[in-house]
Amino acid sequence: MKASLPPDKQPAMLDVGHLPTFAFGHRSPMWWGTMGLIAIETTVFALVVMSYFYLRSHVDVWPMSQFAPDLLWGTVNTAIMLASALPNWYAKRAAERLDLQAVRIGLVLCLLFGLAFLGIRILEFATLNTRWDINAYGSVVWMLLGLHTVHLLTDAYDTLVLTVLMFTGPLEGKRYVDVSENAAYWYFVIFSWIPIYAVIYWGARI
Amino acid sequence: MAATPLRYLAGIAGACCAGTVLAGAPGQNALRAAGIQAEHIGWLWNLTLGLCALVFAAVVGAFLLALWRAPKDGAGRPPDLASLTRPERGIHRAVAWATGTCVVLLLLLLGADVVTSRALADLPLRNAVNIELIGHQWWWEARYRHADTSRNFTTANELHIPVGRPVVITLASNDVIHSLWIPNLQGKRDLIPGRTTLLRLRADRAGVYRGQCAEFCGLQHALMALEVTAEPDAAYEAWAAHQRQPAPPPDSDTARRGQQVFLGGTCMMCHTIQGTSAQGRLGPDLTHLAGRRTLAAGTLPNNRGYLSGWIADPHALKEGVNMPANQLPPDDLHALVSYLETLK
Amino acid sequence: MSSDQPTYAPAQDAATLQRTWSDPPGLVGWFSAINHKTISLRFMITTFVFFLAGGVLALLMRLQLARPDNRLVSPDLYNQLFTMHGSTMMFLFAVPVMQAVAMYLVPLMIGARSVAFPRMNAFAYWIFTFGGLMLYAAFFLDIGPDVGWFAYAPLSGPQFSPGKRVDFWAQMITFTELAALMEAVILITTILKMRAPGMSLNRMPLFVWTMLVTSFMVLFAMPAVMLASTALITDRLVGTHFYNPAEGGDVVLWQHLFWFFGHPEVYLIFIPPLGFISSIIATFARRPVVAYPAMVLALIATAFFAFGLWVHHMFAANLPELGKTFFTAASLVIAIPTAVQIFCWIATLWSGHIAWRTPLLFVLAFFVILLLGGLTGLMLASVSLDTQLHDTFFVVAHLHYVLLGGAVFPLFGAFYYWFPKFTGRMLDERLGRWNFWLFFIGFNVAFFPMHLLGLEGMPRRIYTYPKALDWGALNLTATVGALTIGVSVLLFIVNVLRSRRHGAPAGADPWQAGTLEWSVASPPPASNFEQVPVVHGRYPLWLPPGTPDRVTGLTSEHREVLITSVVDAAPDHRLWLPSSSPWPFLCAVAVTILFIGSIFTPWAMVWAAVPVAATATVWFWPKRHMTAVRSASEVPP
Repeated sequence: MKASLPPDKQPAMLDVGHLPTFAFGHRSPMWWGTMGLIAIETTVFALVVMSYFYLRSHVDVWPMSQFAPDLLWGTVNTAIMLASALPNWYAKRAAERLDLQAVRIGLVLCLLFGLAFLGIRILEFATLNTRWDINAYGSVVWMLLGLHTVHLLTDAYDTLVLTVLMFTGPLEGKRYVDVSENAAYWYFVIFSWIPIYAVIYWGARI
Repeated sequence: MAATPLRYLAGIAGACCAGTVLAGAPGQNALRAAGIQAEHIGWLWNLTLGLCALVFAAVVGAFLLALWRAPKDGAGRPPDLASLTRPERGIHRAVAWATGTCVVLLLLLLGADVVTSRALADLPLRNAVNIELIGHQWWWEARYRHADTSRNFTTANELHIPVGRPVVITLASNDVIHSLWIPNLQGKRDLIPGRTTLLRLRADRAGVYRGQCAEFCGLQHALMALEVTAEPDAAYEAWAAHQRQPAPPPDSDTARRGQQVFLGGTCMMCHTIQGTSAQGRLGPDLTHLAGRRTLAAGTLPNNRGYLSGWIADPHALKEGVNMPANQLPPDDLHALVSYLETLK
Repeated sequence: MSSDQPTYAPAQDAATLQRTWSDPPGLVGWFSAINHKTISLRFMITTFVFFLAGGVLALLMRLQLARPDNRLVSPDLYNQLFTMHGSTMMFLFAVPVMQAVAMYLVPLMIGARSVAFPRMNAFAYWIFTFGGLMLYAAFFLDIGPDVGWFAYAPLSGPQFSPGKRVDFWAQMITFTELAALMEAVILITTILKMRAPGMSLNRMPLFVWTMLVTSFMVLFAMPAVMLASTALITDRLVGTHFYNPAEGGDVVLWQHLFWFFGHPEVYLIFIPPLGFISSIIATFARRPVVAYPAMVLALIATAFFAFGLWVHHMFAANLPELGKTFFTAASLVIAIPTAVQIFCWIATLWSGHIAWRTPLLFVLAFFVILLLGGLTGLMLASVSLDTQLHDTFFVVAHLHYVLLGGAVFPLFGAFYYWFPKFTGRMLDERLGRWNFWLFFIGFNVAFFPMHLLGLEGMPRRIYTYPKALDWGALNLTATVGALTIGVSVLLFIVNVLRSRRHGAPAGADPWQAGTLEWSVASPPPASNFEQVPVVHGRYPLWLPPGTPDRVTGLTSEHREVLITSVVDAAPDHRLWLPSSSPWPFLCAVAVTILFIGSIFTPWAMVWAAVPVAATATVWFWPKRHMTAVRSASEVPP
């Protein structure tokens, strides 16, 4: 190695000492990790949806028990989830400006929405009008709703942990990147719900 | 449950003697086509093998030539970096030509495949024999179907088909996925629970052809063979006519006693013997058992000794089958086997 | 370090770097290790142990099949043997070993000090290992799976496979696929964001390209098998009906989901070795590989096409014929990019100066063995031909020709090539030649006869066959070949064990190769590079040094890395990576309890989620002291 050469004989160095110590969006490795996760989960959802239609193509009666899920709670929850995009957007923007107070507000609001849609999700399950073990239709509908619910739960938990952290510290620039990426994942969880909602609630009706 | 030494030995004996079953063996060989479908595939095989062998020789030849002519003085030699600054047009052209040739050959293969698929689908079906084949763990149920349903009959594990007439086999499964493969006659097709599939073939040469289940179906997947006897049409029709007959009434005291053992015990709960009250559907139809060459889906020769052993304890010979052991007193067993021997 | 400090790397700086990046000592330290090289070596050794186990299982199978009507092994044990052999080789060896080798080499080849998510890397290793151990525990307790590595429904369903055997198999999938997915995310992020300045995408080593492409494939392929196995577990545990035709399910759905994963899976195994081959041929032909852009495009094309072939595993099922023909065409088309690569390598050899060494020998075997396997693959691609060859020993021959020829031989070449880098010592050349020739000959003696066996009517997955079918001689030959392979692998182990102690010292660059991993000591220091290089072309070590040559401004006192831009690798920002921690290990234990518990009861998913959440939270929770230090030197974007 050229370790023993004194400074004036060194080939020119590329000095990166002035560069930032964290960055947002696709500049951040965390973004790539989150996008990787989103790619995986999107593939899972897409495959379950394809399985739904595959199973449907093999039978004459769908839903097999002939009762489609009740529309009420699913539609209400869709509205709540879409509305949660607002505090989520707010939190993400606040994080990117390093505005701690606004981040705290945004995250707490997100958590409140999270409590709401998790609660309503219980009612959705109760009014699906089928059980997972009745027939393949019930199985695939419960799988679809169940998978999305797991995402809601993990997203809510992640957000809870981050929220607590934003109040207790210790804080540094990287934590704002975490908030921003958590928001990106939140977007994924709520927007991926739209096609799933369409399949569960309307796929049974058309 | 551990196998006792006796069972182990019986198992070996059974397995070894399976070999004698097949002495004067039927074929089970995709390269010896005895029917038009297997012939079509055989043609495609020859073409593909020829092309692939040529490509293999050419590429390996180029590869060995490259190794032979390149100087072997690489160790410690500074690398040649000319290609980093100047494009190597000659090499690129060579690679392009080689790739282009491959594309052409691949198209040829695709064409040959399409032609073969067409040929296979175009089997004329006039005057076909229709068989419904249902796969079970680990035996084959065969129901011959006719437009006139009074001519239907059921058998198991051994089929007869006429030479020169098409056979349409409807495949279904009673439990797991199986696959029917009679390589001398046709490619394989899966028997899938919940679906029915068709396989069409035609034997063009008389002979006995062995088939085997070709989709892993559980413990005894290895011992699920099928025998197909292709014979002239007249002989086939005679066989079929005989199969339609119910079992004759037993003609000796021993056989009558044997029939009583059969009907009075558990046998009739699973097996059918047409012409008696035994109409069980869980096991193979035994109406013409004595006319079959083998037992247990091609595993054992069909003779008195093996039949007795099979009835007494099938698990010693083919572990895990659904048929329970039958501890019968020796006289009853003797009578039962005598009765079964009358079911020609 | 700010720019008015000394900018060269004096000895005490190297010592500081070593301290900063090393794993902590002691027993707790062993569980807390997150250095990518440490994790990678553990991973390589673990996958190799599974390879040996899978090999022993295969030898037992071959001994059973050596003679007709053999009863060395009971039908139940035989069915477990081939299930375990396939599952071990496919899930516990072939894909993980490629990721493991990549985890070691990729940061070194791209001039990075670490991988992007080192703690997650450690977690992935533990999850993988626990999954493999669980499977083997079940096998040794005689409740191992026995339905084949592909576990077709309904045989694998609750009705026909009662008990827990198949559940262990299905949950092993969950473990190993989770690990593989995490490794893929780590590799993608590392490759795209942590390359040394100047290493634009078109200057990346071809091996790094193969790992990038493979990792993207993992993201889209693994979910299919995770979904398939999860649906199988729910069918078995809580009564769902995904694969139950009696209640509207479909058994063929399993096959679609499994093979949608299963076909790309073999390319996950095949593509990284294409990178090994490019690395080794360039070094031993003393020239860059021909037509770099074509090679990269060929990799990408192969990855895309790989997702369009899966139905060729289902040609015997009743699917529409026209659909099947599409998959024939796709299966033929994928040969084209591989052909391009083969021709480019031959051209490289043709126009190079050859240095005959063991790594090259193993790679050259590819050109015979993989080629033959690829050609039999073209035969299998035809629907009509496939109906005769499917599920016979012809397929067993084909798959071993492509997997060993395409992956294992290059992998052994890679071991011979990079062992000096991992350990600082050369493997013995003479033993290497014996290893190679025994393997090559043994392999062909073992597997070539199987082509004939398949054509002569021998199906797969049968524990015995009757004498009269005349398969005995070919089977015996295959067994002899298999035993020869076993001997050659033993020689490899002997070579490794001896060379660790007594091998010739390697130095930094024993092969005079061109890529960055050869610019550091063997074995590399904990930080990989005492000063991060700046890259000016492909094969940087073969080029004269450019200006600037090194990066300065990264601290040695903390685990600081340089993050660069995706396409051009222009410096973007600096990042401090997390310190060593036992929490990835502890979280993996918690996840293992959850996964194994849920084989027995669905409620495990609820109560076992608590320790998982707890350990994951502690893992993530920042330390006050470290945060304060970082905040003090923080530079916002």
